[in-house]
Amino acid sequence: MNDSIQRLHAAAARLVRPVKFMEVCGTHTMSAFRSGLHSLMPANVTLLSGPGCPVCVTSQGDIDQLIDVARKPGVILCTYGDMIRVVGSAGSLEQARADGADVRVLYSSLDAVKLAAENPSRQVVFAAVGFETTTPASAAAVLHADKLFLSNFTILTSHKMVMPAMRALLSADDLQVDGFLCPGHVAVILGAAAFDPIASEYHKPCVIAGFEGAQIATALARLTEMMADGICRLENFYSQAVTEKGNVAAQELVARIFRPDASYWRGLALLPDSGLVLREQYRRYDARLRFQLGQPINREISGCLCGDVITGRATPADCRLFGSACTPARAIGPCMVSSEGTCQAWFKYKRVANRPSPSPRPSPGVPGEGEKFSAAAERNA
Amino acid sequence: MCLAVPARLVECRDDSAVADLHGNRVNISTMLLPTAKIGDWVLLHAGFAIQLISEQEAQETFGVISDLRAASGGAP
Amino acid sequence: MVAIDQPMTGGKISLAHGGGGQLTDELISQCILPRLGNNILSDLLDSAIFPPLAAGEKPTLTIDSYVVQPLFFPGGDIGRLCVSGTVNDLAVCGARPLGIALSLILTEGLPKNTLEKVMDSIAATATEAGVKIVTGDTKVVGHAQGDGVYITTAGIGAISDYKLHPDLVEPGDAIIVSGNVADHGMAVMLARQMPQMQSSITSDVAPLNHMIAGLLKSTSGVVFLRDPTRGGLAGVCADLANRTGRHITLEEDSIPIDPRTRHVADMLGSDPLDVANEGKVVAVVRPGAVKAALAALHGDRHGLNARVIGHVDETGEGVCELHTTLGGRRILLKAYGEQLPRIC
Repeated sequence: MNDSIQRLHAAAARLVRPVKFMEVCGTHTMSAFRSGLHSLMPANVTLLSGPGCPVCVTSQGDIDQLIDVARKPGVILCTYGDMIRVVGSAGSLEQARADGADVRVLYSSLDAVKLAAENPSRQVVFAAVGFETTTPASAAAVLHADKLFLSNFTILTSHKMVMPAMRALLSADDLQVDGFLCPGHVAVILGAAAFDPIASEYHKPCVIAGFEGAQIATALARLTEMMADGICRLENFYSQAVTEKGNVAAQELVARIFRPDASYWRGLALLPDSGLVLREQYRRYDARLRFQLGQPINREISGCLCGDVITGRATPADCRLFGSACTPARAIGPCMVSSEGTCQAWFKYKRVANRPSPSPRPSPGVPGEGEKFSAAAERNA
Repeated sequence: MCLAVPARLVECRDDSAVADLHGNRVNISTMLLPTAKIGDWVLLHAGFAIQLISEQEAQETFGVISDLRAASGGAP
Repeated sequence: MVAIDQPMTGGKISLAHGGGGQLTDELISQCILPRLGNNILSDLLDSAIFPPLAAGEKPTLTIDSYVVQPLFFPGGDIGRLCVSGTVNDLAVCGARPLGIALSLILTEGLPKNTLEKVMDSIAATATEAGVKIVTGDTKVVGHAQGDGVYITTAGIGAISDYKLHPDLVEPGDAIIVSGNVADHGMAVMLARQMPQMQSSITSDVAPLNHMIAGLLKSTSGVVFLRDPTRGGLAGVCADLANRTGRHITLEEDSIPIDPRTRHVADMLGSDPLDVANEGKVVAVVRPGAVKAALAALHGDRHGLNARVIGHVDETGEGVCELHTTLGGRRILLKAYGEQLPRIC
């Protein structure tokens, strides 16, 4: 048995009651499942997923505005791959592209600036999504566009900050979480000290963790030990990359371009100072201003429990749409669309997917009916 | 929300660099890590170097060294 | 339909080239025949006529379409892809490929030079596989209707009495993959999504009929073959478990992945097990035949890194599970959607 798993079980054996920990990072969600960690957890330790998937917490209204802008003539809408399949009130970016919208998936925000420089007659809009790991990339893009005096580049911001969401969770009366895994790469940017209030103000142990399965397991083991020993501290288990102060240059760049503002989180509603908007001197790069988009309208999807799922109040299994009306192939809520959304992770890894009963087997030597078509249809590398 | 991988900088200009990932080379930005220089190992996220890491950490923690299950592509 | 008023933009394909008239003849005689010429094709009859099959052999037929973008990528192109893909579909059923029918749909404005390069590649790959392009068709569509080249290939093969079928799969059987996974899909994805990257990954696209023939000759213990194209290794194994109703376990530590491919997959958030391969085969093999099977694969240049990666379990429901490096388990399902660069 892997050392980190052994350590986790040894610590769990010393617990006096079952415990629940929460991670708040989509990459942690995915990695915990993909590494098989969930299948190795002690029975008395539960790992919940919190509001850490940027796609999942982006409000319906923001998504609708993105798709709206993408459909405008002359616009090139640039996005990270995470957003392409998220469904708003009327379709997704992927569907808008199928309808003729110019939607491009890119790797770096600077690629969007380059597109704008190369296509002066087009309006390039960049979907600025993500938590603090990714925010500096948007800030850099705005700064770069500004240096190039570009008049055809804007961003549609739905950047969010992790700590305000954690504070909201920690302040809730019905919180049933004993400790937290802190997102390692957000910590790279912000510094370990940014997560200190979780322990010092809200008295919950927390561990900054890396992303390999073994690293998450070790961090959980430490949290379990702290629970067993009655210790309440912030500990940094990703010191290879996380320093106390973080990446100051990145922090300063973000502070130069953006300022905090209230932001609507799916499942958490409006949280003060939890999102970012462009500062006054950079407002000409604001797509909402450029395209006069107004305030986003947030319509929650009837029956969709994504909001409760990402705050740990419900599991995907509690949602009546889960696995029936809502599947990865036909996703209703963002937790199912996103590859690190809790619902998709549960669907893929925690349950056996619905499958048709095995087709009647023809005699050997005769190609099976369904088989050849699936092979023939799939050649499109 | 944090896909980041280690990479080694093989070229460095003002605010950009060329990062090497096992022979794959990509232009990246060092706007967020202005002190980065040739030969440094960095964490790479969405086209930006976001942190310096040591070569040893890159090898051990991130498994950058050819791991046991990896193939050389040559003889078995 | 010869559109007389279409100007011949020298060096580019025009709608008239697909019209069936003199320009079509010219295209065939200049671009296509010199590269693919063989005794069956050169007859230019409306149908290709084959010599009789050997006693005990049955004909098999397969068809696929190829719409890959970009047309040229590290390690290959649409031409190599279409011949390899169709040859491999025949080979994994235990058939020896006899001939390929080639249907080209070209977009108006396509540089002739591009077509010639694709045809060269088709010719070279067909020679490598020892298969002939026996008949074909060419059409041209307008700009708005295409992205350069679409290819459909139908392949005819001859199958002997070697039985390969999912129904033959039994508990205890070994799952073998013929080499490193994910190279093709990553190479193409990078070429399409990240042209600014100088990639060291190359597609594995190759015709595998010689390797498979050698494998089937070396042992009678192979019960099933499949090539893990779109959907990747996970797709094939998930399908196999579903189809057979058997529980399959794959060992994560045994799955061969080139470090160059893994590093970029990690960077972009792709799971190598979901990524397409065009020069690999997955084989289900009786336990007593594993040694001979591996020896046969290792003896072929396309199978140098063949490994046992899992087995069919005695009990359990019809899913494929991965036994992870960490020592845990997770179910392998077919992926949804394309692989795209992500932040999360």
